[in-house]
Amino acid sequence: MFRRERPIPLRGSAAPLCNNLSVLQVPSRNLTHFGVVHGPSAQLLSAAPEGVPLAQRQLHAKEGAGVSPPLITQVHWCVLPFRVLLVLTSHRGIQMYESDGSVMVYWHALDSGDASPVQAVFARGIASSGRFICVGTWSGRVLVFDIPAKGPNIVLSEELAGHQTSVTDIATEPAQGQDCVADVVTADNSGLLCVWRSGPKFKLVTQIPGFGVPCPSVQLWHGTVAAGYGDGQVRLYEASTGTLHVQISAHARAICALDLAPEVGKLLSAAEDTFVHIWKLSRSPESGHTEVEHCHGECVPDTQVCGARFCDPSGSSFAVTGYDLAEILRFSSV
Amino acid sequence: MSLRTLPLLFLNLGGEMLYILDQRLRAQNIPADKARKVLNDIISTMFNRKFMEELFKPQELYSKKALRTVYDRLAHASIMRLNQASMDKLYDLMTMAFKYQVLLCPRPKDVLLVTFNHLDAIKGFIQDSPAILQQVEETFQQLTDRYGGLSDGEFQLIRQTLLIFFQDLHIRVSIFLKDKVQNSNGRFVLPVSGPVPWGTEVPGLIRIFTDKGKEAKKVEFKHGGHYVTAPKEGSFELYGDRVLKLGTNMYSMNRPVETHMSGASKNLASRTQEIIAPNPLAKEELNFLARLMGGMEIKKPSGPEPGFRLNLFTTDEEEEQAALTRPEELSYEVINIQATQDQQRNKELARIMGEFEVTEQPKQSASKGDDLLAMMDGF
Repeated sequence: MFRRERPIPLRGSAAPLCNNLSVLQVPSRNLTHFGVVHGPSAQLLSAAPEGVPLAQRQLHAKEGAGVSPPLITQVHWCVLPFRVLLVLTSHRGIQMYESDGSVMVYWHALDSGDASPVQAVFARGIASSGRFICVGTWSGRVLVFDIPAKGPNIVLSEELAGHQTSVTDIATEPAQGQDCVADVVTADNSGLLCVWRSGPKFKLVTQIPGFGVPCPSVQLWHGTVAAGYGDGQVRLYEASTGTLHVQISAHARAICALDLAPEVGKLLSAAEDTFVHIWKLSRSPESGHTEVEHCHGECVPDTQVCGARFCDPSGSSFAVTGYDLAEILRFSSV
Repeated sequence: MSLRTLPLLFLNLGGEMLYILDQRLRAQNIPADKARKVLNDIISTMFNRKFMEELFKPQELYSKKALRTVYDRLAHASIMRLNQASMDKLYDLMTMAFKYQVLLCPRPKDVLLVTFNHLDAIKGFIQDSPAILQQVEETFQQLTDRYGGLSDGEFQLIRQTLLIFFQDLHIRVSIFLKDKVQNSNGRFVLPVSGPVPWGTEVPGLIRIFTDKGKEAKKVEFKHGGHYVTAPKEGSFELYGDRVLKLGTNMYSMNRPVETHMSGASKNLASRTQEIIAPNPLAKEELNFLARLMGGMEIKKPSGPEPGFRLNLFTTDEEEEQAALTRPEELSYEVINIQATQDQQRNKELARIMGEFEVTEQPKQSASKGDDLLAMMDGF
């Protein structure tokens, strides 16, 4: 059902971090941009449809005091109403660039103030909702930045408290309806999910408790939260109430990435067990229940997958990164 | 990323080192009492209280170069000597073995079971020395205190930190190739069958719930792997069945440490930045070494105890050949303290190193290995 396409070579191997692949689709220019974290550097590259790499750029975490160069935790494109920004999080702070990574427009240094000596300080978890960019931190606090339509006048507008442990991932509702009750979900290392309504002042809608297992990756689709856990489970919840709809024993190891093809309701899950699965989400017309159907499973032999994304809105192609692998693997349906 | 990683890294690498040295001592027919002395001296140095105290302080992982220096010192904590080529090979085997163990841990917290496996075996080496046994058990208690209550999320962070440390290491180890746990390209085999980790369900089931929380439907799907439920959980107690085999001694008389070590991965482009980081050593790393080594009480040899040289290869010629043909990018560049610019720190470290000076052994008979006895790696 899916065949392997030509892989795209990377300058450096992918680091064993979760959500370690960001994809920006630019259909108008027939280009796809990829972002992968290597360690102290991250690589951006753009490729034509056949996977031919066209341009690449390396970004580094801003230096600071410390033993070795600071490590990057995540790189992610944020699509806002009037612009696209590239956000890079590290053990020092948050860097925001124009979408091609050419110019840094904003730098926010992390405040390690009340960190105990045994706690690592870092930012991780990046998503945009409307004109806001949300970034998670080691302490559980989520920073909300207000982004102007253009220029560097970015302002930290709010700090959300809801998590007690490090934030792992943040997801936002791709289709922003006016009556959207819940459009942001944040996840943390204890498996706790916080569902928010974005705005000039964010409002906590509900909390979905974890069960001791980290939730490294989360997605939000039409009022349904899809969460991937460290024990290989994928769970779907009603965003506004936290009610559990579906529980999938999806993987044999920790899930490292989830992605959505929102137009068709397809969900992609990737885990350290070397597998990538594609699921179809739907709502049953009779019962009104959220349903899930397994579409496809792909094994990436001997590869601890660390990032996976759909490469087109219909979910007919996807890309995968793996720990120690210096290339981006691509698959497309036949 | 995690500041709790160093003790686990150090103890597991140390454990692997002891497995390899033990096997080579027997293969080279070193007299039992000498072999026991070597292992006792190294283990007693490793588990020294002051050293452990430094190790357990929350801190970032330091460079491979800095860590290698500590093991160099540790390996020479007794009457045994190793040439550069043998030390290089020893370190290669140690690091690839622990990388393999971390990668294949079913749950992130299983790295603690791997550590306990190493400690259990170390206790076996020093059964006849109650004082050292006591030190090891104290360290066991420290591990339980520090790591026993950590969350799965914290262990996931520790696992990632360890894997980052081992990123891009693809040295092919003959024993791994033979056992088919490593491919010829240096990547480890990740099996898609066998027991799932404790606490994980066998993949293949979709459960759909009503709004009231009742299970409405169960659907199976084909996962692609061949998994079974985990039989039981390993024990985290001082004594117990760890269940996990990772971290136990894979070397034995019948499965020797192979002398032929395959070359490095061809993908030279993907070296992490720090491997090509230039000398001199960062000030912080020197501080770290000074503190760590300061706690390392190396026993001075009492009396004219004759030392000996251990060879990780089958013959001296092989060892020489390995030294000549070692690929550039794999050179560990043991730290040359004199080359550092920080004079103050240099003096302090030199002082600490000076405490460990071993008086040169008088030249013995003209047997082939003995001429090399007098030389020590220049610190």
